[in-house]
Amino acid sequence: MARDRTPAGLVGAAPEAPFEITFDRRTLTALPGQTIAAALWSAGVLAWRTTRRDGRPSGVFCGIGQCYDCLATINDLPNRRACLVPARPGDVITTQEGHGHAELSV
Amino acid sequence: MPNSPSDEATDDRYSALYDLAVIGAGCAGLAGAVAASERGLSVALLDAAGQIGGQFYRHPAPPLGAVRPQALHHDWSLFAGLRRRLEASDIVHLAGHHVWTVVREGEGEWAVHAVTAADGTGERPARVRARTVLLATGAYERHLPFPGWTLPGVVAAGGAQAMLKSGLVLPGRRVVVAGSGPLLLAVAASLSAAGARVPAVVEASGYTGYARRPGVLAANPHKLMEAVIHATGLVRRGVRLRTRSAVTQVHGTDRVEAVTVSRIDRDWRPLPGTGRRIACDALAVGHGLVPQVELATSLGCATRRTEDGTYALALDALQETSVRGLWAAGETGGIGGADLARTEGELAGIAVAARTRGRPELARGGRVRELQRRRDGMRDFADAMAAVHAPGSGWVHWLDDATDVCRCEEVSAGAIREALADYGARDARTVKLLTRAGMGWCQGRMCGAAVACLAAGAGAESAPASPERRPLAVPVPLGVLGSLEPSEPTATPTGPSGQPDAAGPDEPGRPVDGRTRPSTAGPCKPAD
Repeated sequence: MARDRTPAGLVGAAPEAPFEITFDRRTLTALPGQTIAAALWSAGVLAWRTTRRDGRPSGVFCGIGQCYDCLATINDLPNRRACLVPARPGDVITTQEGHGHAELSV
Repeated sequence: MPNSPSDEATDDRYSALYDLAVIGAGCAGLAGAVAASERGLSVALLDAAGQIGGQFYRHPAPPLGAVRPQALHHDWSLFAGLRRRLEASDIVHLAGHHVWTVVREGEGEWAVHAVTAADGTGERPARVRARTVLLATGAYERHLPFPGWTLPGVVAAGGAQAMLKSGLVLPGRRVVVAGSGPLLLAVAASLSAAGARVPAVVEASGYTGYARRPGVLAANPHKLMEAVIHATGLVRRGVRLRTRSAVTQVHGTDRVEAVTVSRIDRDWRPLPGTGRRIACDALAVGHGLVPQVELATSLGCATRRTEDGTYALALDALQETSVRGLWAAGETGGIGGADLARTEGELAGIAVAARTRGRPELARGGRVRELQRRRDGMRDFADAMAAVHAPGSGWVHWLDDATDVCRCEEVSAGAIREALADYGARDARTVKLLTRAGMGWCQGRMCGAAVACLAAGAGAESAPASPERRPLAVPVPLGVLGSLEPSEPTATPTGPSGQPDAAGPDEPGRPVDGRTRPSTAGPCKPAD
């Protein structure tokens, strides 16, 4: 019954109450204990950065904090590894464009 | 087990001089820490993650309320046993500590420097002092690029596994698993058990290589059983295993929509006209693992080439590196899996206790001999496995010039080929200096193997790849560096004088075990 199998069902998860975060002004639901990246994957979001040179979309690649592909702007702070940072109620995630410091450009 | 989330760099946990600092709380680090602690040593256990377990025993955080975390794991009871012993001990577990360097602070004393918090952005850095250090830093995944591999939905095989184990999430509903190595079967089994449809597992090597080493297999029934269990689960769920094949193209505009799988020859060169398209919304891909050894190589620890062309630490019969006072266990000494890591960790923990307590007889007991016997058997198996799955040099033929090889700096295969063909680069380091490949955030962890292969393929006189040097193992804010106290000249991380500088396991008077002889393998396996 492939349609009935889920990761949560597999491990018998009974999570604490979900909360809301926003991604590019869109409201998403996250579970306590999930990273920002896991919450975004849950919502079907796979990309939350555009690369510095070509502006191509990027999200989680290595999943363990080694590749830095998943850098995001979290609560106005750019270059945070979404695969490591735990989601907190009210977190504001925005797609990071390039190095994330456009405000420093002259 | 004292364990508070405090960032304070001024509390007791940072002022003590420990007998042992263990870096990494995976299988090897946990086993080493409890073995040493139970023999009376004071132990600090530093780990980047918020929870113990490392990559293999990565599991959901408590608020996710998983009552059966073992459903995603093998031998969970062994981990649970280590966790109980840790909780019963007085080991100081320092979670959220990302170690960026280890330096010698005078005779018989080391300082372990870390940045803190979930992603290393904590305001206060930490320094832990110890008489000895056990490096149990594990491994990261090896990647080979292919057209389309930067598209969202292409994730590392181990990455998909990690996101599932800790966050209970999947990258897609229909996930092709590809690359090479035994991890692929484990990943496919997990993804499929968690509800993903896995239309194919695409393995570049053949499995016939294992059959040529029946003695090694017979001596490792546990490994054999594990493979069979994975295979059985896959067959039941309709997962097809395609060997001697590779994903040679990913299709899609904003995310993965399909992949092309091609047959490849024994040298991993794609066979023209064999490409078949498989619809999917994600691809989980990886080509084996690379030991994470930069903390050790910065201190001058000798390395050895493994059968699949990576660098691992050269260790003696009791797990000590070529630098006295620094031990290593698990993947740092060569990729070999969780069981081997646990065995080596315990061995190292006992050896450290024997040294620091001045009780050499501890390292000569029956338990040590038993652990050494098991380790040697598993190391033989690991070598066989590495040889079977070593990347063939023909993979570069599936790479078009437009494909980015270095994901951080967006350096294409064409730019690297130009550096080799037109500018005369003959090694990965020169390619890096000319193109910036490997100079970005990840410091070449994602592209290093590929760049080394491309450089090695450029000419017979190419210099062999050298062990990765990363004086800072993780990014460190300038403010952290500026806040450090001035250090003595001997405290620089460039290797104390008189120590071998990664020259090889031949330091006089401290013969390194014959098992760890250097391999002649290049970055890519040459054609048979």
